[in-house]
Amino acid sequence: MTAEFVVFWILAVASVAGALAVVLPPFGRNPLHAAIALLITFTCLAGLMVLLSAHLVAVLQILVYAGAVMVLFTFVVMMLNLRRQDLAGFRITAWKVVGVIALVALSVKIGILLVAGLSGFDNVSASAPITNDFGGIRTVGRSLLTTYLVPFEATSLLLLVAIVGALIVARRRDGGAS
Amino acid sequence: MMDVPVSWYLILAVTLFGIGTVGVLTRRNLLVVLMSLEIMLNGVNLAILAFARHHGDAQGQAAVFIVMAVAAAEVAVGLALAIALFRHEGSVDLDRATRMKG
Repeated sequence: MTAEFVVFWILAVASVAGALAVVLPPFGRNPLHAAIALLITFTCLAGLMVLLSAHLVAVLQILVYAGAVMVLFTFVVMMLNLRRQDLAGFRITAWKVVGVIALVALSVKIGILLVAGLSGFDNVSASAPITNDFGGIRTVGRSLLTTYLVPFEATSLLLLVAIVGALIVARRRDGGAS
Repeated sequence: MMDVPVSWYLILAVTLFGIGTVGVLTRRNLLVVLMSLEIMLNGVNLAILAFARHHGDAQGQAAVFIVMAVAAAEVAVGLALAIALFRHEGSVDLDRATRMKG
């Protein structure tokens, strides 16, 4: 057990626990508590990305998810000002039955992956050697601006569309001019 | 150089994706459904990064960059929809949002 294993286990368990706290009703009933649990998951995943030598992506994970997305979530939760009766109540619906079936199916899939599918990936020496610059700004930025130039520009257009779309959807319709 | 095998990261990614799927399918609160979607996207991102590390190819990280931008756009529009739904129905309960119009 090297230090990398210890760090991996801590981060993996914490990220799964945070995700479960978002999804399971006793913890995620209050959306603000769910947002805090989601923040734990995002932060732990950033640590796992560092373990995978993806340093730029890890920084972006903190900036975009733990920063911008979480601020959006908490802002909307406080802005909606949900009453207590909006958060209470738990019914067994058809969707919940479907969700449980999906959980069982995914567990079976994980088991199948464990047994057969991952046989080529469980050997550390099978992974390709990397240079020191792997995952840095230089290599990722170069592939973004050469191979992935068209998707990169399309992403900027998508963000513009998202800004305009969010403003139009969320505007106040009874407010007159705007 | 790398002590933890890639398969462990893949199992963790599948686990996060499954948890997010259950959240999307079972929760009624639109905000929690959006958070579960984020968990699913993060699981996929982790899988892409694990494969990129396995092959020693940084192009997968560019793909993760684009996935993050799409996720941010999705959250912005989704939360705007949540605000519109709250103004219209008085709650963000998805079971009450049964009408397309009116």
